[in-house]
Amino acid sequence: MTYILKPVNHHPNLEKNKLGLTRRDYEGTISTLCAGCGHDSISAAIIEACYDLSLSSDQIAKLSGIGCSSKSPSYFLNQAHAFNSVHGRMPSVATGANLGNQNLLYLGVSGDGDTASIGIGQFMHAARRQLNITYFVENNGTYGLTKGQFSATNDQESKSKYGEDNLFAPIDLAAMAIQLGAGFVGRSFSGDRNQLVPLIKAAMKFKGFALLDIISPCVAFNNHDGSTKSYDHIREHNLSVSNLDFVPLGKEIKADYKEGEQIDVPLHDGALLSLEKLSKDYDPLDKKQAIMKLNEAEKEGKVLTGLLYINPEVKDHTEILNISDTPLNQLSEKELCPGSKNLDSVNSSLN
Amino acid sequence: MDTKYLFKRHNTYWVKVAVPQNLRKELGFDLRRSLKTHELSIAQKLRDAVVEEFKSKIFAAKDGLNKKNGKGSVKTFMPVTDTSNPQYYHKVVDCQYACPAHTPVPEYIRKIAQQEYTEAYMINWESNVFPGILGRTCDRPCEPACRRTRTHEKPVAICRLKRVAADYRDDVSHLLPKAPDNTNGKKIALIGGGPASLTVARDLLVIGYECTLFEKDHKAGGLMRTNIPSFRLPVEVLDEEVDQILDMGLKTKFNSEIISMKDFLKEDFDAVFVGTGAPKGRDLNIEGRKEASKNIHIGIDFLTSIAFEHINSIGKKVIVLGGGNTAMDCCRSSLRLGAEDVKVVVRSPFSQMKASEWEIEDTMEENIPIFENHVPKKFLHSNGKLSGMEFQKVEALFDDEGNRSLVPTDEEPVIMECDDVLVAIGQDNSFEWIERDIGIEFGEWDMPVVNSTTFQSTHPKIFFGGDAAWGPENIIWAAAHGHQAAISIHKFCHNEDINDRPEPGTNLISQKMGLHEWSYDNDISQAKRFLVPKTDQSISLKSLKVEVEKGFDEKLAMEEAQRCLNCDVQTVFSESLCIECDACVDICPTDCINFMFNGPEDEIRKNVRIPALNIEQDLLVSKILPTKRTMFKDEDVCLHCGLCAERCPTGAWDMQTFLYEEAKVY
Repeated sequence: MTYILKPVNHHPNLEKNKLGLTRRDYEGTISTLCAGCGHDSISAAIIEACYDLSLSSDQIAKLSGIGCSSKSPSYFLNQAHAFNSVHGRMPSVATGANLGNQNLLYLGVSGDGDTASIGIGQFMHAARRQLNITYFVENNGTYGLTKGQFSATNDQESKSKYGEDNLFAPIDLAAMAIQLGAGFVGRSFSGDRNQLVPLIKAAMKFKGFALLDIISPCVAFNNHDGSTKSYDHIREHNLSVSNLDFVPLGKEIKADYKEGEQIDVPLHDGALLSLEKLSKDYDPLDKKQAIMKLNEAEKEGKVLTGLLYINPEVKDHTEILNISDTPLNQLSEKELCPGSKNLDSVNSSLN
Repeated sequence: MDTKYLFKRHNTYWVKVAVPQNLRKELGFDLRRSLKTHELSIAQKLRDAVVEEFKSKIFAAKDGLNKKNGKGSVKTFMPVTDTSNPQYYHKVVDCQYACPAHTPVPEYIRKIAQQEYTEAYMINWESNVFPGILGRTCDRPCEPACRRTRTHEKPVAICRLKRVAADYRDDVSHLLPKAPDNTNGKKIALIGGGPASLTVARDLLVIGYECTLFEKDHKAGGLMRTNIPSFRLPVEVLDEEVDQILDMGLKTKFNSEIISMKDFLKEDFDAVFVGTGAPKGRDLNIEGRKEASKNIHIGIDFLTSIAFEHINSIGKKVIVLGGGNTAMDCCRSSLRLGAEDVKVVVRSPFSQMKASEWEIEDTMEENIPIFENHVPKKFLHSNGKLSGMEFQKVEALFDDEGNRSLVPTDEEPVIMECDDVLVAIGQDNSFEWIERDIGIEFGEWDMPVVNSTTFQSTHPKIFFGGDAAWGPENIIWAAAHGHQAAISIHKFCHNEDINDRPEPGTNLISQKMGLHEWSYDNDISQAKRFLVPKTDQSISLKSLKVEVEKGFDEKLAMEEAQRCLNCDVQTVFSESLCIECDACVDICPTDCINFMFNGPEDEIRKNVRIPALNIEQDLLVSKILPTKRTMFKDEDVCLHCGLCAERCPTGAWDMQTFLYEEAKVY
């Protein structure tokens, strides 16, 4: 806990983005999470991504459930819309919000408890329905708020801080999301900002369900020698599948990768994902292979990170449901009430 | 204004070139040298040669180091910062580092915030000897150095806070050191009763020396008494702080001007300290000077006469020539002596006036007009009486090399009427009383050759300090010189090597109290610099004795003290504890902290989160960390808010107060 406010003073040479805002303008209140929490690094990465893309906070909605992770939307983008919902019910609120206004950028922030335990049903259906959201799982494998019990994503070989064994096998949220049809699945590590920021940018620009499963060490309960979600363990076992470069529309592609090792994936709005394959036989466009590789890595005790799977063809739920582009609160009587003439023609067509 | 590599110490331009961190053991933190000029244009001209010389010195040292390490053109890495070198953390405390006497500024400002004025006063007294006097008159080299100026704010009003300590303190007589009952048998003569001599006396008296002060006037204090008007420095304040030293057992010989050093050396002294200042005001020998001499006065002599109450009136119309602090004092004094129309006339443009910014402001507040770009041509007189002055209007032009020349414009000469003229165009040393054949070598500008570390002249027994050593400076320099000279004299009297200087005292103490609690106030005040209350002009302009500035009251002092960023509370980093969670990187409000791969300094400076362009400010470089990265912290705009340490899960960052005490003889 920090008792003072973060000073408003900033570096005199702090740069401004296209909107004339500095990175500091995208911050929230000072974090009340434990010092060194991975979640704070993720918040900082979100701030950096939004700053870099010159996003306007009033076009962003932050949604969360319950848990340490779900507190964190307070700590970034304090000018954005936000809804802190019931435990595990963030996807429902996000669905409703999305139906009401599909033009906002929805950032769902959840944790391994909120997503893989109490909210797993909601999570699965959100992925299945291609809810248009960037879904962050701040995954630390433990219930930090209730003093460190194992969560459903904790690896079986990972012991508790007090030396107890974990009796159950973990849920791999990334593999599950790929299987359920999510169009964008990435995994990263809170301590690897270089990988995380482009991944967040790409996910935010992706139209459809974008899962970011981010390993985020819990310094209080799951950062010990027996843990597989500690800073040290992840650094030693991190296996990155690709280097990602997010190229916004109209920008020159700067990444200069070796021929044959690069995949360019165009996104919905014309932006480009430029991927450098780090492993020759990994293709993020191949769903079956992605699942297979995830399983292999798990067996070897490695943590596969990077953009694991992307399907640029996928349609998001508003497209599938053919929902009005105009937000509901902007639809007037004219659009909502078609008039008796139209009603007559509809009725007559039923005869 | 092109001031690259230049900085101004009082009114003299100096060159300063920072030394790369890996060469500091050899060369020190920076190379600097006085250009001995007040003129920016001249300084700019002289600068390049000195910079080149310094650079070649640095390159030579770099080559030597590379050869020693067996490196040719191998890529260099920034060395791990040696924080055990007392100068590293000292340099982070910008105000203290800039102060010639190295007064621990943040330390006493915290005491003021805690209303412990006596302790704040004693911290000052230890270091700069005259807190009450300096709190009113100091040239404040600390303030432009204040870190707040680098975050685009005004500096903390350090000087005003020093005065607060003096104003609100209790009696300190029982806290002052006393001279021992028996002397050590060594006799020291101090010539000139100004701040330099008094500082030497204070330092040497308490360790048993028998010191005798020779002063040409009937009171001690030197220029503090004669050249600073009472409306800026009340006599009571001056007397009290001078008497503190006299009362320690200093023998005084007033009204005894030394007229021959040769004769003086025949007397039985183990060492002689010369602190006679720069007592000779420059004259202006232009047409009409002789004829109108009755009404033309030298500025510093005029101020002396006022101080000793030899004059109490002046003509109705007064012209003051010159743009320095003496000129400002002269015109404001004239106003108080009853002049109705006082003008200041300066040769140079307004922006190049030598007076301190605040003294110019005070003058203008008293509605005294300042005429710039007027070169005096002649004194006009009729019937042997001064009637006015004629000036040529000029324009300051700069050539490609930045040399300034004052070029007459084609405007008509300007005539200004006046009854009296005060000439305050500079002052010089005066060493007619030192014979040139007694072993004291004189160099450039007829100044004695003095060692800048030991203050010893070429005559081993004779030491110089204050303005007598290198020309006009400020009181704080005199105090700093005095401390160093005292060390030298002590070593000299005990046959020790005077070049072997004592190390400063340092102390580094953690401020951690609880999980996230510090024993200093780490919240950053957003207040703007507070203005000091002043006496109403209807009162202050009527008397020479009414002090213009009232000083901060306790409430204002507390709020101003809160603006201090506590730069002496250092961010101390322990590599062995760091788990590289980067929490400190994210929380730092000024983006000072970076974890990246090591490389040459210029590359690192370019590639940190926000380029570290201020090369005067160091990077704190850690040892290599488990992920092969290195922590680099740019000291430039660190607010010392301690958030890095608060957000650190392992205590790898800690906030530790660094107390640096300049070595003194006792």
